[in-house]
Amino acid sequence: MYGLGLLKGLSVTIRYAFKKPFTVQYPETKLKTQPRYRGYEFVWYEDRCTGCASCAKYCPLGIIKIVTKRAPEANIGGKYALDIFDIDTGRCMFCALCVEACPYDALFMGVNYERASYTRGGLVVHIDELRNAKKMPSAFLRPNLEVQAGKYTEESSLNPNEAGR
Amino acid sequence: MPIKTSPIIVNIGPHHPSTHGVFRMRVMFDGENIIDLEPVFGYLHRGTEKLAEERTYAQIITLTDRLDYLASMSNNLAYVVSVEKLLGVKAPERAMYIRVIMAELMRIASHLIGLGSFLNDLGALATPWMYMFREREKILDLCEMVCGARITYSYMRVGGVSMDLPPEFMGALRQFCDDFPHRIDEYEKLLRENEILISRTKGVAVLSAETAKNNSLSGPVLRASGVNWDLRKSDPYEIYDRLDFEVPIGQTGDTYDRFLVRLEELRQSLKIINQCVKDMPIGETRLKLPALIRPPKGDAYGHVEAPKGELGFYIVSDGTIAPYRLKIRAPSFINLTALREMTVGYKLADLIVVFGSIDVNMGEVDR
Repeated sequence: MYGLGLLKGLSVTIRYAFKKPFTVQYPETKLKTQPRYRGYEFVWYEDRCTGCASCAKYCPLGIIKIVTKRAPEANIGGKYALDIFDIDTGRCMFCALCVEACPYDALFMGVNYERASYTRGGLVVHIDELRNAKKMPSAFLRPNLEVQAGKYTEESSLNPNEAGR
Repeated sequence: MPIKTSPIIVNIGPHHPSTHGVFRMRVMFDGENIIDLEPVFGYLHRGTEKLAEERTYAQIITLTDRLDYLASMSNNLAYVVSVEKLLGVKAPERAMYIRVIMAELMRIASHLIGLGSFLNDLGALATPWMYMFREREKILDLCEMVCGARITYSYMRVGGVSMDLPPEFMGALRQFCDDFPHRIDEYEKLLRENEILISRTKGVAVLSAETAKNNSLSGPVLRASGVNWDLRKSDPYEIYDRLDFEVPIGQTGDTYDRFLVRLEELRQSLKIINQCVKDMPIGETRLKLPALIRPPKGDAYGHVEAPKGELGFYIVSDGTIAPYRLKIRAPSFINLTALREMTVGYKLADLIVVFGSIDVNMGEVDR
């Protein structure tokens, strides 16, 4: 019979008309990200960083700027302290190659995703901001964080020992 | 007195919602009938091939994400397969299984978008599109679980994958595999016998096997014309020679067949994923390679069956940390060359539908 195919299709759509929608209203309800989510607020542990600039060399876009000075007692095993450590996240594509490059596990991806700014300059993460930011490291390329990274709350901030290696 | 008529040239695009990006068609119309068509592209050119010449082999992976952005994992796979060919290494067993699972998930995601936007162009506004996005969303969640990103994955590495699967992934994947066959049945019930769909697509833009081969098409567009050519079968890479699956073939090569082939490929991809989940070995996922790879002098061409067709990377190495030349054989670009043969003689309304049925991605066409 002509039109039967149309009716069959309508029987599918009408079933959905009475179901709960599977979408959520964003600013009110937020979906949970996965532990490995690669996002904002790079986590940087200054004590571990030796200023080797592996991350800057590995970055495909060259958006990490590092300036170091000699300081024998600055950190574990290193001879350099950092004056400048800027990440221009306006151009960052969150590929996490810098995290992969870091030989001392000093740099981690973050798990946040809301960091809008009115200016391009506001998107550059400066060294002080990295020092003072809440440390919520993502589990990407750091499998030891797999369980912890799923349990972050607003207040979470891990110290270097908790973050592990 | 007869009315004098003359053909008129109309530019469709570049900013037209049904061109799936920025693509322009210069079409010559006689009334409503198409008498000539000239595709114009290059609006999204980013110089990927040239950029690759000054990036290291690891950094190029981030560039491949941006080719066919609906199936980034397949692009990653094609690139790393080519570099591994150049180096003469093979990824560990477990890594190969993971790669195949991810590539097939991407095939499902890409075909869902392809079908959804094709039906959107046809006039079935939003309903099938939303249903298919719902399923794709689950695949993106799986990918986020594995590599922390939803579109630009950069997950695979030369000699394996960047990270092993997380512990909760297998359960989530199994749940998806159990749920998805019902969804495909639903799509079929919704669309397969729909009289409007059939009258708009059956017998429209018939592409003969001969023309398809002469234009060196690949992927579902070629297979819908009745040519049995799938790189997973004819030149198996990774572990595809161990897997049992069928390659769906169309009968006539019209628009309806292209729709059916894509729908059937969803099922076959699911079959492959189920087999991989069953046989997945335990072990290493990444070879120990230096951070800066220096392949020996020479060249290599590696190709995979991406959702849209044969995706190939031709790499020339001069022994340094960056390739001397990287050529990308993008399936969407080559599939577009048959657009003129397919549409001349049909009407304007058919043009949009036929273009949707080729399922191109402009990120890949312009590179």
